[in-house]
Amino acid sequence: MTKETERPEPKNPVEDFLRMDRIPHIWCSGCGIGVVVSSFTDALRKSSFDLNKLAIVSGIGCTGRVAGYIKLDSFHSTHGRPIPFATGLKLANPELKVVVFSGDGDIFGIGGNHFIHAARRNMDMVVICVNNFNYAMTGGQVAPTSPTDANLSTAPYGNFEHPFSLPYLADACGASYVARWTCLHIRRVTKSIQEALDKKGFSLIEVIAPCVTLYARRNRLGDGLNLLKYYYDNSVIQHGADTRTLDIGYQGKMIVGKFIDRERPTFLESMNTHMKKALGDKYVPYGEQP
Amino acid sequence: MKKVMMGNHALSYGAMLSRAQVIAAYPITPQTQVVELLSEMCADKTLNAKFIKVESEHSAMAACIGASITGARTFTATSAQGLALMHELLHWASGGRLPVVMGNINRSMAPGWSIWTDQNDSLSERDTGWMQFYCASNQEVLDTVIQAFKVSETLAIPSMVILDAFTLSHTYEVVDIPDKAKVDEYLPPFKPPYRLTPDDPHAFNGLTSPEHYFELRYKLQKDMEKVPALIEETGREYEKLFGRYLGLVDDYLCDDAEIILVTSGTAGYTARVAVDELRGSGVKAGNLRMKVFRPFPFEVVQRILKRAKKVAVVDRNISYGHHGIFAQEVKSALYGQAGDIPVFGFIAGLGGRDITPASFREVVDYTLSHDIPEDNILWIGVKK
Repeated sequence: MTKETERPEPKNPVEDFLRMDRIPHIWCSGCGIGVVVSSFTDALRKSSFDLNKLAIVSGIGCTGRVAGYIKLDSFHSTHGRPIPFATGLKLANPELKVVVFSGDGDIFGIGGNHFIHAARRNMDMVVICVNNFNYAMTGGQVAPTSPTDANLSTAPYGNFEHPFSLPYLADACGASYVARWTCLHIRRVTKSIQEALDKKGFSLIEVIAPCVTLYARRNRLGDGLNLLKYYYDNSVIQHGADTRTLDIGYQGKMIVGKFIDRERPTFLESMNTHMKKALGDKYVPYGEQP
Repeated sequence: MKKVMMGNHALSYGAMLSRAQVIAAYPITPQTQVVELLSEMCADKTLNAKFIKVESEHSAMAACIGASITGARTFTATSAQGLALMHELLHWASGGRLPVVMGNINRSMAPGWSIWTDQNDSLSERDTGWMQFYCASNQEVLDTVIQAFKVSETLAIPSMVILDAFTLSHTYEVVDIPDKAKVDEYLPPFKPPYRLTPDDPHAFNGLTSPEHYFELRYKLQKDMEKVPALIEETGREYEKLFGRYLGLVDDYLCDDAEIILVTSGTAGYTARVAVDELRGSGVKAGNLRMKVFRPFPFEVVQRILKRAKKVAVVDRNISYGHHGIFAQEVKSALYGQAGDIPVFGFIAGLGGRDITPASFREVVDYTLSHDIPEDNILWIGVKK
């Protein structure tokens, strides 16, 4: 037997951003969440701001695990409530950049109410929502994003409900920045996250990602590669598209791109402007960023 | 017909045989198979019910309340955080006197996040006016759902049928599925005296002044007090039809026992191993497995425990700043009873740590070697 030469252990390029004591992660092979995490860490690497001033909040579900794996200040909150937790973080410490990283079931199902109000207030935070069309962690039940006709464990003969279009909802509620990509669009996801991190106000980045173990298997859509092929063949980049046209039908075309990028006063800006007007010199502005 | 099934599916079969008419549920580990199977049964018409896929547990209970008030038989299932999210509406179901039946899988409360079993989720809801049944086998789960509907609808009080996460929810056992026609005989259609219907308009749950509110609560308590007798009666009726008695407690070798272990849930069956071993070595031991916790079955607990020389309660739960919750309640039940029986309160298995025969050996060794407990809480298997 030849003696093996010692080689340095190969290092994962995102390792510096991960809590390696929590690895291996629980995501299935073929899952898209890891890709979004890589894009996120890439965006952080390319950004110049102080990572000590960044906090990540997740809810519950497969994507909810992100806060546990990323080696930054992070908070694993209760189901559906990452946005209120993040609101508390941001308002108590306005210097923080706050990122909510969670799934469609968490943010738009049980936590839908909080999403619409944070967007309405233009609360200064970035919401990255990995949309895999079902409640994956609990076994593939119908979520508010499940396409009509898709088969799910609580819709064994197909889903008859109409799903949310996340960009349309965010737009209607008043978000400052709204983009949608699939996890095939790695560089574009990265760029959107960078833009959103530099943006004042409420940002939503929806990233469509495969759930190979549940959604795809139940619907016989093949493995992760088949789904990436589907994204490749069926996603149409259309920046600035009318958000009313962004519905996703079962295995249909998906319009992706940056749809909204506008200036609106943030919650803190509105508060300061209004209170200054009401109280004059007596009012001391709170949390204004240079 | 006999079938091998998981504890969660025993809940589904119980709801199906009871002909639940509206089911509203939200997925949570480790409850999901309950509602997955029910959604299939609803889709293929094995069960003629409306299945509502709601967006949270709060909405699930709200939908059950809405359906129940129109006179529909309603069922849901949840666990831990989901149950906690329902809290507000648990009061609504009981205060509104709506006989909703719910399966709850005992899972530990976060943080830190846990999906494994302990009883703090359901015991945190003990004062919401719901009946609570703690089960130890899949057969008992199925049978209890049917009985719970009967008792609930007779007295207009909601019920929680409770089972341990994984050790029961995901464990497969042989279950005898009762004949549907005989279940219909046992459990007739739900016909509440009052319901929301355009044929006879009423307003429900409005503002209630101090002049009337007190009496509503008094009546709920008075009806709760009728539950133990009704459980025994409906349990005997069930036995006549299906050969299985469904009582308030499961007492194992307690008649002549000098030391009685008080347990609940699946740990109740593990305790029998320790009891058998003790009997083998000549110690007169017994096990009182508490099945019904709310209402607390004072009479039967007092009757059985009064004969013992020592009582050892094993709690898979804790009331922080007090004792294990079953220990508290057993002590309160024995207050003023004949003699001064020492009650040893043990806490074991929080967050799903296993409770094994060895845990009970430790419990027994301590109890036999001490005249009175040295502390209010005796910890089993904790890493100090």
